[in-house]
Amino acid sequence: MRLSEDDSHALAGAPAAPTYLEDGTTVMSWLNTRDHKRVGVMFLVSVILFFFLGGLFALLIRFKLLQPGPFFLDALGYNRMFTLHGVVMIFLFLIPSIPSAFGNFVLPLMLGARDVAFPRLNLFSYYLYLAGAVLAILAMIQGGADTGWTFYTPYSSTTATQVLPVLLGVFILGFSSILTGLNFIVTVHTLRAPGLSWMRLPLFVWGIYGTSIIQVLATPVIGITVLIVAVERVGGFGLFDPARGGDPVLFQHMFWFYSHPAVYIMVLPGMGVISETVAAFSRKNPFGYKAIAMSSLGIAFVGFFTWGHHMFVAGQSTFNAGAFGILSMFVGVFTAIKVFNWVGTMYRGAISFKTPFAYICGFLYFIVFGGMTGVALATTSLDIHWHDTYFVVAHFHFIMVGASVMAFLAALHYWFPKMFGRMYPEGWGLVAASLIILGFNATFIPQFLLGNFGMPRRYYQYPEHFQALNVASTAGATLLGFGFLIILIYMTIALRYGQRSEANPWGSKGFEWLTASPPPTHNFDEIPTITQMPHDYRTHEPPGVIRVA
Amino acid sequence: MSPEAASLPEGILAHHFASLERQNEAMRLGMWLFLATEILLFAGLFTGYSVYRFEFPLAFAECSRHLSLTAGTVNTIVLITSSFTVALSIHFARTDQRRAAVVCLALTILLALGFLGIKAIEYTAHFREHALPGKYYAFEEVKIPGAAMFYTLYFMMTGLHGLHVVAGMSVLTWLLWRTNQGRYSSRYYTGLELGGLYWHLVDLVWIFLYPLLYLI
Repeated sequence: MRLSEDDSHALAGAPAAPTYLEDGTTVMSWLNTRDHKRVGVMFLVSVILFFFLGGLFALLIRFKLLQPGPFFLDALGYNRMFTLHGVVMIFLFLIPSIPSAFGNFVLPLMLGARDVAFPRLNLFSYYLYLAGAVLAILAMIQGGADTGWTFYTPYSSTTATQVLPVLLGVFILGFSSILTGLNFIVTVHTLRAPGLSWMRLPLFVWGIYGTSIIQVLATPVIGITVLIVAVERVGGFGLFDPARGGDPVLFQHMFWFYSHPAVYIMVLPGMGVISETVAAFSRKNPFGYKAIAMSSLGIAFVGFFTWGHHMFVAGQSTFNAGAFGILSMFVGVFTAIKVFNWVGTMYRGAISFKTPFAYICGFLYFIVFGGMTGVALATTSLDIHWHDTYFVVAHFHFIMVGASVMAFLAALHYWFPKMFGRMYPEGWGLVAASLIILGFNATFIPQFLLGNFGMPRRYYQYPEHFQALNVASTAGATLLGFGFLIILIYMTIALRYGQRSEANPWGSKGFEWLTASPPPTHNFDEIPTITQMPHDYRTHEPPGVIRVA
Repeated sequence: MSPEAASLPEGILAHHFASLERQNEAMRLGMWLFLATEILLFAGLFTGYSVYRFEFPLAFAECSRHLSLTAGTVNTIVLITSSFTVALSIHFARTDQRRAAVVCLALTILLALGFLGIKAIEYTAHFREHALPGKYYAFEEVKIPGAAMFYTLYFMMTGLHGLHVVAGMSVLTWLLWRTNQGRYSSRYYTGLELGGLYWHLVDLVWIFLYPLLYLI
């Protein structure tokens, strides 16, 4: 039988199956779960925790930079702080954030599947993540590392700080990331509901699929690279040590072979979130569905051939630099395709300006600004001026914080009722969103200016005439911090006291809304048969048919 | 549940798969992806090898001549034979010849042990000659720059491969136990097949290491 929207709500309200939250409430029932939704929630809580830890480190760095001379932190403490900020934010927050938390929760729902292909492996991936995090924390307690998150040799193989546990932590976290990616690829290939062909896949699934390919194919390379550095530290094998005939630039090649595609691990899922939410909040079919889907794969592919742009001043040949520069600009082309299509989706849609939509607007602005400065940086002649200055710092924060974190927040607000069956306070949501977007600009626009004036990144001291801009940046960072704190507070309250939401409070036509909110443990009483494209707002029928026995 | 699934031993078909066929497909795809990650893990070391071989061609050739060609060749034959026996064990499981499958798996594990034994003899010789990586290098017979780098790569590549041999042996031992219990038969043998795939990869990596290290 074909269900109207009202019927599906009635069905969702039926007390037949307990929700995944009610199905076992002991701690062990969570720690030992095979349910992709619970694994997703555990990832969500963990990454938010580490986001605030990494944010705290960032604030401490900004606080020191209020003064040009020694102040608050000593030089070594400062170096440790920016290393911890980078390691925590990249490996413990950004990389697992959207794929492991929201991907785990909604991807099987979007596919009409009862779980991911390998549920036990999924839980194992979470425990690997915890193990890697524990190692990283252990290193912090012992004093932390001072190499920067990039671990450049030969400094990283000789410094006296605790680099080894951090390297091992990164290795284990990489394993976790590979297993999640592998699981998602197999899930998309083998567990799609009847009628769900590849060209009907939700755009979030396309984003996660592209991400997973990068996770599976690039992460092993950082694995072996950090292992070599670890062996180098312990045994003095000399593979990257110029004193023993080794080549430190080889380390940079191998490191960036992973770490540049890793940027797309951080941003592609975010693009997927925006593709979903922009259609849902404009109540309009995604404009250029195929172009958005294929450009995700395009970014995943070309992302593997751009790593050399981190090494324009590391003694690379002119030809290599030019080739890497041009290849890097292709990422800009694919991103621009997406941006045009997102704006095209909004055009003449029935926009409801809810909190997720505020983040969509923030995302669009940040990705265009960050992307354009990226294209500028890919130009070798300009990069020589900007290399290793605050200009680069501001550029990648525009992408990683500006774009990825905006998408993370859009996802958090959009899927909060799906995950917990409650609503967040809309008014506070918009206040926090405005504060964050304002604070973000105030933090990083001064850094673009500082970089252009020639202030190098990671320096402990700076000339006095840079102080005004540094103070402005710190003030912005404080504002940003307050914004995130407000979200943490109202989300924690909403978890318990938020207004109960309907099964589909947004009237979204995404496939994940075909089931109840929060969903029962087995997701669907009967697997739906998909009859439409995702987010098809031209009809009033739900996108799938559920046969009720 | 289909009648086909009902006749399977307990716990083979997971609840979220509609059919065994689909589950087998998922498991195979997962394994192939995992093998791809393994290849990329080794790729880092192969990249290092190519860079330094171009930088120090003479030292690499000279050091290679000091490895035992006999040990390397015998080990290659041992591993290829073990790949054959593991393939046979899958064949026997698939045709419901449980005893033969168990014997072939046992043979595979023995051959793997043999491989590690020969490797250990080679390692002992290197330690005696101080043909060691990086700062420990004190080999009297080759004193040109880059020799230490050859041994760094030699030990890291064969060491990582050796770890994979050990991991493969553990997997095969577990599979031997499960095969002996009668879990793998003509109805279901995917688990055994995946173990075999992994073992072939371990073999394949060695097939690249052998010419690169022993036959320059």
